[in-house]
Amino acid sequence: MGKIFKFGQDVDTDQIIASQYIIYPTIDEMKVHTFESLDADFASQVQPGDYVVASENFGCGSSREQAPSVLKALGVKAVVAKSFARIFYRNAINIGLPVIVCKDLYDNVVAGDDMELSMQEGVVRVNGKTYECTKLPEYMQGILDQGGLIASLNRE
Amino acid sequence: MGSTIIEKIVRNNIGNVVHPGEIVTVNVDRVMIHDIFIPFVASKFEEMGFQKLWDADKVVLIYDHLVPASQVDDTRHFRIGNEFVEKYGMKNIHRSDGICHQLMTEAGYVKPGDIVFGTDSHTTTYGCVGAFSSGIGYTEMASILGTGTLWIRVPETIKVNITGKLPENVMAKDIILKLIGDLGADGATYKALEFTGDTVENMTVASRMSMANMAIEAGAKCALFTPDDKTAEYCGITLTEKERDLAGDADAQYCQVIAYKAEDFVPVMACPSNVDNVKPVSELVGKEIDQVFIGSCTNGRLEDLMAAAEVLKGKHVAPFVKLIVTPASRRIYREAVANGTMAALAEAGAIITHPSCGLCCGRTGGILTDGETVIATNNRNFLGRMGTSKVNIYLASPKSAAACAVAGKIIVP
Repeated sequence: MGKIFKFGQDVDTDQIIASQYIIYPTIDEMKVHTFESLDADFASQVQPGDYVVASENFGCGSSREQAPSVLKALGVKAVVAKSFARIFYRNAINIGLPVIVCKDLYDNVVAGDDMELSMQEGVVRVNGKTYECTKLPEYMQGILDQGGLIASLNRE
Repeated sequence: MGSTIIEKIVRNNIGNVVHPGEIVTVNVDRVMIHDIFIPFVASKFEEMGFQKLWDADKVVLIYDHLVPASQVDDTRHFRIGNEFVEKYGMKNIHRSDGICHQLMTEAGYVKPGDIVFGTDSHTTTYGCVGAFSSGIGYTEMASILGTGTLWIRVPETIKVNITGKLPENVMAKDIILKLIGDLGADGATYKALEFTGDTVENMTVASRMSMANMAIEAGAKCALFTPDDKTAEYCGITLTEKERDLAGDADAQYCQVIAYKAEDFVPVMACPSNVDNVKPVSELVGKEIDQVFIGSCTNGRLEDLMAAAEVLKGKHVAPFVKLIVTPASRRIYREAVANGTMAALAEAGAIITHPSCGLCCGRTGGILTDGETVIATNNRNFLGRMGTSKVNIYLASPKSAAACAVAGKIIVP
């Protein structure tokens, strides 16, 4: 179980981690600034195992891989959104952060709700209700299962 | 069944007919890495255990976001980049020649039909010469540097057909903003945009570049224009049959077809703080402004600077407005000096900066503060992009931007 942190539509990568921080040498130095312009308390309140839930087009904008990386570094277990921007989506899979499309979840949950995710079944459970998610293409699920692109390449 | 441009490019690359939705591994013709991400690319490359680049000639490193350095730590990126270049025998490096996307086409790194990936999201720009180009993250870039390949999902294509003659005060920028407004910020996600019609056939490569550059703002994977004689001249090549064939077939399958009449376009702006929040300039008239930025990989080319100079000729920027002009490359800078454009801009009161990303990425050259308003010709107006998160950024064409600089408020050019 993890808590839901809720964000809206078209959350861009500048909002996830702003430009002035992405030149910090390490992800650990950046992560305290995650979502700073939207929710200044996010980085201090999120706990390992919590979830980010968003509406459409999550992660639009720049190609910065720091965006999924800071979320993973803070212990976010998965991002569940109505849809994702493509570069963010690829980057998240490549670094081993689960990103899941679920059309019905966003409108039926509030911030702070407890949520459980089963990647195998492709469902999330919140407040006693189960929501179906769109499964990842097999190729991408394979990369994710191995922990990301580096682990996947090492195995080849 | 016929093919779209992207289907032909991928087919030519892998040697098999492909269809939208298929996942295939392509052979990469060129990659571009920019200064912001080189430290991460370098460390991931070594973490992956690669000993050498798959093909050093195909790798281009460009310093542009951090040039000239505005903070002491910026130089760390140049040091790591220089070490990487030295260690792996790279030759294609630009340390202060201009913005990456301008240089990739201008310096001849991209040809029609190529498959190119870059660490910057606006890598879609090279579709202006009929190349499939797209942005990726630094881990994937490191993996290409070692393997020369990348998996992609063959995208569906949205065809955008534009016919007729554009009004005098409308530029290619107005067309792409209007399209993004109509599609929405995710309207083309995972898809290719294919531009056709006599309006785009009559456009310069520079104008096509402005449009391809912003395809990502509708979520697109790439944007494609059919290579023609102008493309050949721009690239300094003679087109082969295969390159001339990079046009959508009459019986190709499109997931959506959008048609515009050029005469219907009006000057528009993307209002704070989403690129798809597009309104006619006529609805925004009178809004007071503090600054104007003409530059970037979207609109820092010679034709853009000349269009601005034409508006500004014999006039002066409003006393309380700072007009910042940043050419997209050193070559453009020199050409604009040679043909008198720079003199006209300077006489009108412009602050002219060195070619680089400059204000577009909010790191240098005109950062704004709470409550200020800027009219800018670049590609993003996200919260906090050019200073604090309370700056109002309106995206516009160079003609609109220059007209506003003189008026000190938003006006129709």
